[in-house]
Amino acid sequence: MSLSTISITFIPLLIGSILLYGTFKQVPTYESFVEGGKEGIKIAVQIIPFLVGMLVAISIFRASGALEALMTLLRPLMNTIGVPAEIVPLLFIRPISGTAALGMTSDLIASHGPDSFIGRLASILQGSTDTTFYVLTVYFGAVGIKKMGDALKVGLLADVLGIIIAIVVVTFIFGMK
Amino acid sequence: MVNYIWVGMTIIGIVFALINGTIDEVNKAVFDGAKEAVTICIGLISVLVFWLGMMRIAQESGLLEKLSKLFRPLVKIIFPEVPVNHPAMGYILSNMISNMFGLGNAATPLGIKAMEELKKLNDGKNSASRSMVTFLAINTASITIIPTTVIAIRMNYNSASPTEIVVPTIITTLLSAIGAILIDRYFHYRRSRKG
Repeated sequence: MSLSTISITFIPLLIGSILLYGTFKQVPTYESFVEGGKEGIKIAVQIIPFLVGMLVAISIFRASGALEALMTLLRPLMNTIGVPAEIVPLLFIRPISGTAALGMTSDLIASHGPDSFIGRLASILQGSTDTTFYVLTVYFGAVGIKKMGDALKVGLLADVLGIIIAIVVVTFIFGMK
Repeated sequence: MVNYIWVGMTIIGIVFALINGTIDEVNKAVFDGAKEAVTICIGLISVLVFWLGMMRIAQESGLLEKLSKLFRPLVKIIFPEVPVNHPAMGYILSNMISNMFGLGNAATPLGIKAMEELKKLNDGKNSASRSMVTFLAINTASITIIPTTVIAIRMNYNSASPTEIVVPTIITTLLSAIGAILIDRYFHYRRSRKG
């Protein structure tokens, strides 16, 4: 519980220390704040086309049923390497859509129970991975990087590794039940 | 590669919809997807303005530099190409710390600033540098200490112990971040052997 207290007090403390330290160092705090803030608007507007392009493609891929077909195709393979069938959709959604993944996680927790193997695995997957496509689109889009290099490959491979680690950790700590 | 994936997802989706009879859903998806993207960006304005404003003060007062001095040894190993006194270090660290505390809102603006500085280090080129790939690999592995949303969901569904997943999540997240760095290193060495 002490950890979440730290988490709650962290932001106000951070703001307070930045302002106090700035005043102490005689920075024109308010003017600096406004100058920095102006940049924020620019960045937010700059990301729009990147995110629209990516999210429309992802939405089409999902709504057409293609994602589901891909999952059905890969499910037997995933089962043979020890991934429970129920968790497979979450694995595919997690890198591409944060909101959809969150919905799926609560659904899995609701239907299997929070203290089941599936419930725990979904909880840990949700907490320990991120929406790779979103992160790449926003960060590269904001600074105008067109060639992502190996970033997507590395990000997705890291996701696969994260999934394997999550399954091993849950099995090891809580057992299969 | 992004171009192929982008076109690939769209075309496969459209072809699939034609065969599958889900063309109505796809029509809706086009506009829903675009709308969702704009909504996200508009929602980001508030946090971007606030945190970039705060960070400007932190930068001008030298606070950011102090922070990067503190963690220098660790970050030097992960980002060998970033000069130790470069402002990028401060932003990378603040981004990682915000992520650890589950403050995604604060983490995104800091991450963007870090990317901006890394781009300057890369002579403003429009292709990703080695440090950028490393930085994003760590970000997608998302180092968390307290997965607050998940705990809330578990409480909602009457878990006997909503927080029992905290330690396993930390273990998983640490291991996968180390894994992400190793995967990133592997691709880097493959690139440098080729070129």
